[in-house]
Amino acid sequence: MNKWEDNKAWFLVLPVFIVVAFSAIIPLMTVVNYSVQDIFGPGQRYFVGVEWFKEVLNDSRLHDALWRQFLFSGLVLLIEMPLGIGIALLMPKKGWGVSASLVTIALPLLIPWNVIGTIWIIFTRPDIGLFGAAINSAGIAFDHTASPLHAWITLMFMEVWHWTPLVALLAYAGLMAIPEAYYQAARIDGASAWATFRYIQLPKMRGVLTIALLLRFMDSFLIYAEPFVLTGGGPGNSTTFLSIYLVKVAVGQFDLGPAAAFSLIYFLIVLLFSWLFYQALQNVGKGEER
Amino acid sequence: MDLEWMAWTPPTAIFFITIALILLAMGIWEIISPTIERRGILPLSTTRGDRLFIGLLGSGYIAIAWMGLTDWNLYLSLPVYVSFIGLVMRFG
Repeated sequence: MNKWEDNKAWFLVLPVFIVVAFSAIIPLMTVVNYSVQDIFGPGQRYFVGVEWFKEVLNDSRLHDALWRQFLFSGLVLLIEMPLGIGIALLMPKKGWGVSASLVTIALPLLIPWNVIGTIWIIFTRPDIGLFGAAINSAGIAFDHTASPLHAWITLMFMEVWHWTPLVALLAYAGLMAIPEAYYQAARIDGASAWATFRYIQLPKMRGVLTIALLLRFMDSFLIYAEPFVLTGGGPGNSTTFLSIYLVKVAVGQFDLGPAAAFSLIYFLIVLLFSWLFYQALQNVGKGEER
Repeated sequence: MDLEWMAWTPPTAIFFITIALILLAMGIWEIISPTIERRGILPLSTTRGDRLFIGLLGSGYIAIAWMGLTDWNLYLSLPVYVSFIGLVMRFG
């Protein structure tokens, strides 16, 4: 009897399964089909086997875009995770400051992604932008359209400004869910602020931090709109990330086969890292609990 | 139903039918004999479904390495995937 009641839950999942099938599985199947063919147009396609995969795997421009992407996502996680946790720890826990800080911190998340790029183009312009004009008047010739380093610095600032609030909000939600009794016990034991953070707050935030880490890794690894608007992948190819390069191949050159082949490799990379992060965070502190 | 827009080919159709049959078989197996989480040679506790996922994902990477590093026919790598998935399912 119990078994039947448990299995009924599957019918409730069915609508989600149907939506996912239409929005993800069927398009993914189509991409797999495209990856083994040379597509010239509707009805004009020729089977080429794994030729596109071999071409893509030996394409130095894609290798460069891949390393750039890893560097970008690595920096994003290294900066945003500690910064978000730090902001959450500093946010007020009661009173009017809670609403004020929540609204303020959530503002960057409400802005459309392409508008973010436009805001930062204007913000960093050396002639009229607040940041660009200020830093140039200090004697530093800052120009993200000419210098790859400046383009990267601008991108990182933009990314951190845009998405650290998400980490902070998730970490804050995790902190607010910790019962007061844990802090009372810590005070009785004379625990330092660091010990309270390390042994109470951090383990209790594990679930929300897992979500934050996964979301930030996947989003930053798939980033497109903001760098496309801000730098267009330049100067040169210095900010051409995987998705920007893929769009150039798929839409610009209409090379659907190679683009599909690389999309699948891209998908496998995201899948592997998401799974690794998930496993790592699920197992954090488990050894100490025994 | 016209599926021309999906650009099906016989190899990719066989690939997806195989995946679907594996998932179906795993579902039936789960109903007949529910999985028990265990720890084998992999450094984590896994269910049967976890081990299948690890096997399939690992096979994907073996295929990438095969295509990127060798000029051999991809069909020759089939026994490697089957062996890898079998090993992970049995001892993982």
